Amino acid sequence: MFSNLDLQQLIFGRLTLEAIPYHEPILLGTFAVVALGGIALLGAITWYGKWGYLWHEWFTSVDHKKIGIMYIVLAIVMLLRGFADAVMMITQKALAVGASEGYLPPHHYDQVFSAHGSIMIFFMAMPFVTGIMNYVMPLQIGARDVAFPFLNNFSFWMTAGGAILTMMSLFVGEFSRATWLGFAPLSGAAYSPGVGVDYYIWGLQVAGVGTTLSGINLIATIVKMRAPGMTMMKLPVFCWTTLASNAIIVTIFPVLTATLALLALDRYVGTHFFTNDYGGNAMMYMNLIWIWGHPEVYVLILPAFGIYSEVVSTFCSKRLFGYTSMVYATMVIALVSWLVWLHHFFTMGAGPTVNSFFAIASMIISIPTGAKVFNWLFTMYRGKIRFETPFVWVVGFIPTFVIGGLTGVLLAVPPVDFVVHNSLFLVAHFHNVIIGGVVFGLLAGVQYWFPKAFGYKLDPFWGKASFWCWLVGFWTVFTPLYILGLMGVTRRTQHFDDPAVQPFLTVAAVGVFIIAAGILAFLIQLFVSYLRREQLRDLTGDPWDGRTLEWATSSPPPPYNFAFTPVVHDLDAWWDMKQRGYDHPLEGFRPIHMPKNTGAGVILAGLSTVLGFALVWYIWWLAALSFIALVAAAITHTFNYNRDYYIPAEDVARLEGRRMAQLAGRA
Amino acid sequence: MSHAADPGLAGKPHENAEGHHPHGTQGTFRSYMTGFVLSVILTAIPFWLVMGEVLNDTRMTGIVIMALAAVQIVVHMIYFLHMNTKSEGGWTFMALVFTLILVVITLVGSIWVMYHLDQNMMPMSPHEALQKP
Amino acid sequence: MHEMTPPPGATAPVFYAQEEHAHGDGGTLFGFWIYLMGDSLIFAVLFACYGVLGRNFAAGPSGADLFDLRLVAVNTGLLLLSSITYGFAMLEMDKDQARKTLVWLGVTGLLGAAFLAIELYEFAHLIHEGATPQRSAFLSSFFTLVGTHGLHVTVGIVWLVTLMIQVRQRGLIVANQRRLMCLSMFWHFLDVVWIGVFTFVYLMGVMR
Repeated sequence: MFSNLDLQQLIFGRLTLEAIPYHEPILLGTFAVVALGGIALLGAITWYGKWGYLWHEWFTSVDHKKIGIMYIVLAIVMLLRGFADAVMMITQKALAVGASEGYLPPHHYDQVFSAHGSIMIFFMAMPFVTGIMNYVMPLQIGARDVAFPFLNNFSFWMTAGGAILTMMSLFVGEFSRATWLGFAPLSGAAYSPGVGVDYYIWGLQVAGVGTTLSGINLIATIVKMRAPGMTMMKLPVFCWTTLASNAIIVTIFPVLTATLALLALDRYVGTHFFTNDYGGNAMMYMNLIWIWGHPEVYVLILPAFGIYSEVVSTFCSKRLFGYTSMVYATMVIALVSWLVWLHHFFTMGAGPTVNSFFAIASMIISIPTGAKVFNWLFTMYRGKIRFETPFVWVVGFIPTFVIGGLTGVLLAVPPVDFVVHNSLFLVAHFHNVIIGGVVFGLLAGVQYWFPKAFGYKLDPFWGKASFWCWLVGFWTVFTPLYILGLMGVTRRTQHFDDPAVQPFLTVAAVGVFIIAAGILAFLIQLFVSYLRREQLRDLTGDPWDGRTLEWATSSPPPPYNFAFTPVVHDLDAWWDMKQRGYDHPLEGFRPIHMPKNTGAGVILAGLSTVLGFALVWYIWWLAALSFIALVAAAITHTFNYNRDYYIPAEDVARLEGRRMAQLAGRA
Repeated sequence: MSHAADPGLAGKPHENAEGHHPHGTQGTFRSYMTGFVLSVILTAIPFWLVMGEVLNDTRMTGIVIMALAAVQIVVHMIYFLHMNTKSEGGWTFMALVFTLILVVITLVGSIWVMYHLDQNMMPMSPHEALQKP
Repeated sequence: MHEMTPPPGATAPVFYAQEEHAHGDGGTLFGFWIYLMGDSLIFAVLFACYGVLGRNFAAGPSGADLFDLRLVAVNTGLLLLSSITYGFAMLEMDKDQARKTLVWLGVTGLLGAAFLAIELYEFAHLIHEGATPQRSAFLSSFFTLVGTHGLHVTVGIVWLVTLMIQVRQRGLIVANQRRLMCLSMFWHFLDVVWIGVFTFVYLMGVMR
């Protein structure tokens, strides 16, 4: 473009028009769809004049409820992207046997599986879990918001920024081909000189800052902002799992940040942490990344366990069995999760002593997990069970997750792992526990708490249809993969010589489309429920006869959650209030202290995303500029001391009056 | 186990006229000076041991200076960071203990694992090869 | 099983707090402490790397060849001194003496800047001698660990200057006191990390 190459590189770094994938029909097709859809969406928002509404009510909101919903919306969008990657992978595998090459060349296939893993973990599961914890936990402890509302908003936008960087790699440049963990030395400068790994690094670093800050926020909230009378042993189990999960987050994400920074130094500056020469040690990368990676999956599963505890006790109309043991099990799991990481690389040659220690620790961690399962079952025993949509997910979760957990115990035995490490057996195992454990829990949580957030239940028919498709689809996909793995088939393979694998992979491909139907059913459910919302309306705020404090508020709750802070006397505080006859105060409302909305989070995260992009493409002037702007904006923000306001007592009275009318009206 | 008047919050700082925060700075001139003097001593000794090659045994010197470093960290925690088991209802201390455990796991675990990996998997030096049967 | 029905004639317990209790510090100090715990893990990773890679000299210079312990001793002294001057600043803050607080903060900042200057000089000298971060894994981990500590000190100084301006503008209001206490924790934490650095990197490095 420029005759003077140096000038072009100065301005654009290594970004050229070649970065746009003109020659890849799949990408061009995807881009066309995304562009059209995007234009339609942005056009609609503009046509209906909703930008002001979106900015003032949502993007700049520091309300934990709004932020929670935004996290979940992000997660659902990224679920679609990550699932599209999954569809591509399995269809390629089913087609590319023997003489057939399939349609995804290795160069592209490697990006797809790297993106699938990165997106599903970092931009689907994490935001989804964070969103639910954000929405529900403050309500369950009787608080008005989280400890640091502005930080909450900023954390969300940093996660979104990381997602944007990752999505950009689809159309400008390429993504990493070094797996979702970026293994060195493959991810180093020598073997991955392109932009892919850099997109991966900066996307995760930006999102990681958000996650770490969110971890600090939610811990401080639980420690400092519980309602009077709510001692730790009266905390709802979901809040205990939130505490444990965020305690892990605060300790592991700095490890990820440091490790990715070292990888970045290797790539950008030429240091020798993980290189093959000058004393570098690539195995150290494995060691560090799995110190992050193993506890990370417990970050995801613990809140899901918490959701199951809440759903089981509500729909069995029974206090959760073994509350104390649930609490201890949760904390033990959190601690032991830090002691098992080497089981991800038993085969790397650490020797029998080291392998035995981590094997035994990995087996031990299944014990408190098993205790939890028994507690759920004992809660159900002799309970008055209602098979509403949230509970149906629990019923599917228990056998599915237990089998997945059992295969995990199998893998914890090093001699077994030596046979099936990095085979499809492993792939089936972790999908078994992540889908059966985490995803089922998140979807149960959506069904359970949607009425609280939006004031109407979700359509039960489409909800159950979605569940059955997910359950049947999941087992259809992964049973063949378990078998193939035991037969010795390796993961991350884009082509197979042996035709014997094809029937199995074909069944798996069919299963993926059944899951797709499940996702479609979920989207239809959202749409249909919105259309039928008056029939599905809940005016009580407590559609499931719940047990915890979130059900004491209206649906949706007012901005301040509770006009008067509840006083807690027992576990299952709302159930206790209902049993013993509570008096909802009708007067004496006071002005309520609230934090102000702010655009600072959007701006800071936006600048961080620009910085990430500039670093990916070596556009140094832009990197320097955005970095300086970022620091300046952050410092400027600290000069704003005017961050709060009061909701006048009359407004509170008005909202509470409306709530009383609602409760009376529905009788 | 429900206590009617049990405060859920970890402990409410009392407010005085200007909203002065009473908790953060529990230091006194005396405590800062004590901490400072102790730290100086605990720094001077290791430097002296190493620079003067006093003990003539690197292993012993290593152990001594590591022990002194640990002691000095505790001194900093107590006299400068005002670490105590009561602050924030014990949560501060619990967070510290949890972090300390994980820091130890990270350090010890990494060194242990990497040592074994290196022993088993890295190429032998010619000297090592000669020792093999 | 806890299905309680109130005994006949009993009144329901109080389920709503009519009076709002004070917010206290709202959790900022605790939250910042948790952040420092996370920061400890970043340093743990860097120390672990130094522990694992710290003898991979790649036939290049080792710590014994490079480190000037007298300079390190001076730097250690400066940082330790800055910890106590920050302590004095906090004592003055407690006595509501804004001007004296600012003086001690300024001294702390200058000591920190001196620390950084010496460290930068040391780095420049090493690089000039050919002991660059790219020379070996030992040097990569040395520069990164010590450099990250130095970066933290730099951030601390920027924060300190910002706070000095804010105290100048608004005095020792509650919000500023809270911020000064957070910076205090940060500053002392950096000195704790430095104990690890001078012990494991410099003193042990010279002995190898």
